Amino acid sequence: MTRFLVRRSIEMGVTLVLASVLLFGILNLAPGGPFDARIAASHIQDTTYLERLNKMIGLDKPIHERYLNWVGNVLHGSLGESWNIARGQQVNVIIGTRLPNTVMLMTTGLVFSLLIAIVIGTISAVRQYSLLDNLFTAFAFFGISIPAFWFGLIMLKFFGLDLKIFPVGGLYSVGHQDDLIDRMWHLILPMIVLSLLQVAQWSRFLRSSLLETLRQDYIRTARAKGQVERLVLFRHAFRNAMIPLVTVIALAIPTLFGGAIFTETIFNWPGMGQLLVGAVGAQDWPVAMGVVIITAGLTIVANFVADVAYVVVDPRIRY
Amino acid sequence: MATTVSEPSNVLSVPAPATPVVEERVKARGELAIVWSRFRRHQFALVGLGALLFMVFVATIAPVAPFGPNEIDRSISDPQYVSHGFAPPSATHWLGTDELNRDMFSRLLWAGRISLAVGFLTVGIGATIGIFIGALAGFYGGWVDTVLMRITDLFLSFPFLPTLILISAMMHQYRFAADATLVQVGTIVGVLALLGWMDTARLVRGQFLSLLNRDFVLAARALGADGRRIMLVHLIPNSMAPIIVAASLNVGGFIIAESAISFLGVGISPPTASWGSMLADFQSYLRYSAVAVLLPGGAIFITVMAINFVGDGLRDALDPWLRNR
Repeated sequence: MTRFLVRRSIEMGVTLVLASVLLFGILNLAPGGPFDARIAASHIQDTTYLERLNKMIGLDKPIHERYLNWVGNVLHGSLGESWNIARGQQVNVIIGTRLPNTVMLMTTGLVFSLLIAIVIGTISAVRQYSLLDNLFTAFAFFGISIPAFWFGLIMLKFFGLDLKIFPVGGLYSVGHQDDLIDRMWHLILPMIVLSLLQVAQWSRFLRSSLLETLRQDYIRTARAKGQVERLVLFRHAFRNAMIPLVTVIALAIPTLFGGAIFTETIFNWPGMGQLLVGAVGAQDWPVAMGVVIITAGLTIVANFVADVAYVVVDPRIRY
Repeated sequence: MATTVSEPSNVLSVPAPATPVVEERVKARGELAIVWSRFRRHQFALVGLGALLFMVFVATIAPVAPFGPNEIDRSISDPQYVSHGFAPPSATHWLGTDELNRDMFSRLLWAGRISLAVGFLTVGIGATIGIFIGALAGFYGGWVDTVLMRITDLFLSFPFLPTLILISAMMHQYRFAADATLVQVGTIVGVLALLGWMDTARLVRGQFLSLLNRDFVLAARALGADGRRIMLVHLIPNSMAPIIVAASLNVGGFIIAESAISFLGVGISPPTASWGSMLADFQSYLRYSAVAVLLPGGAIFITVMAINFVGDGLRDALDPWLRNR
């Protein structure tokens, strides 16, 4: 186990470094710097001035030096300075103000999807091929095929604009930032939009996992000794069926973040996803790089956690 | 990517009593005929195939649509519609107009061309890269396998959407002289294929590993076939079934990915339209028109759903475990 952990940790580090090299390289293929627009807009097209400005922020150096510089800063806990959306401000600070909002959205989305998926998955497995099961199957196909941003727009249009049941966006109503109920009210639509895909996938996954467990010998044993069906289900089958779900949930974290990008854009939720879209639109590469490298780190760690969690929760698996 | 739903066999039902085997002369049927007859039994897959063919047909005939994709109708005089567009459906504009009073119906057809082309082209290129890498890794093994699979793992460790947005945004900074639509489609296909070949590579490698020790491969080796021949004639054709299933399901995923980045403004950009970029344009006009929101998104939804049904049907039709059932 220790050897496995050490090997996976080293792999994780190497992957993160390679990923950062690739992402940094890709971003630096983009032409231009933060001052191009300003120079182009001014009446004096002064290229030497532009060069001097670019030199000031190190843009004149070759790419490997710039990368090493960036890595050095990251190791000192700094992701650099924003170019355009908040010129000169530390990327850490910008991300720091956005991160809690995204974490809140993703956590509530994850818990909500999990609860619904467990209920749907269990009903589908226990009443296989019943009307409800078929309905849930149709729902799963629906949830997997529907583009999240379209679903978001529809919810926004009908529940926000037309019926005015829910607010159309933002974290809270003006003047209500300390009102918990108001904040929860703003959270509901984004949470539902973010959860749809996960509910569809996880409920199907849990259904097949539970069906697989129900045909095991120890379930037959439990039934044969006269165990009540409800206890067979919850004491014997359910826990074992949940094991693979741990991996699936860990691996879903990057997907959840992807979904958060749209949800935040549509519902004007000031989180990391909205920040990434804004930064990319304004060619603010340091900010975009910061967001993506954090997400990449999160993805790699999530993969690691999925592997380890699998071993921890299932004593039958050894490395 | 498009994830699908698998149907485990019915475990709780009592197995049917064994029927006596009746000797029967079976007419020899080609592989395709067998697959088709199995596919046909899947009702959803048939409906999906019909819907998909309809979408492809409608996109193909876009040039005969009543209006050009970017043609603005200046004859609309009602001041309300002149100011913010979205004239209601009429005899001239069957589905109304969009925010600039371009014909919605014609624009939807033209947008469908882009969306469908991106989906299918990407799968073609992505699958080719995946087959190439997976084949090399699976066939040669050793350090080739290690290096290629590490690269695959590296690509898998990228968060798909953020990376896609980042690369697309970077590519958006370049201004090419060539036809804008072609360049945009080419760029998106390239970026999507670059980020979407890994599952095929893993699949092909796995297939190769399980096929390499089969008797027919050993026989081919014994007859002196070289590696290239064994791969091209024996291994790849025998790995095609799962590749086709995965590829068909990926089409939907790529169509959604394209519409997603176009929706965020770093994919197809105006005046060219894809279904995703139309949705992005309409986002600011939500209060004027419900139909406008429903149409492009509905087109994506129906197409992707149809593709998922077809993929599911193909999976059942091509699965050798279900043969002779």
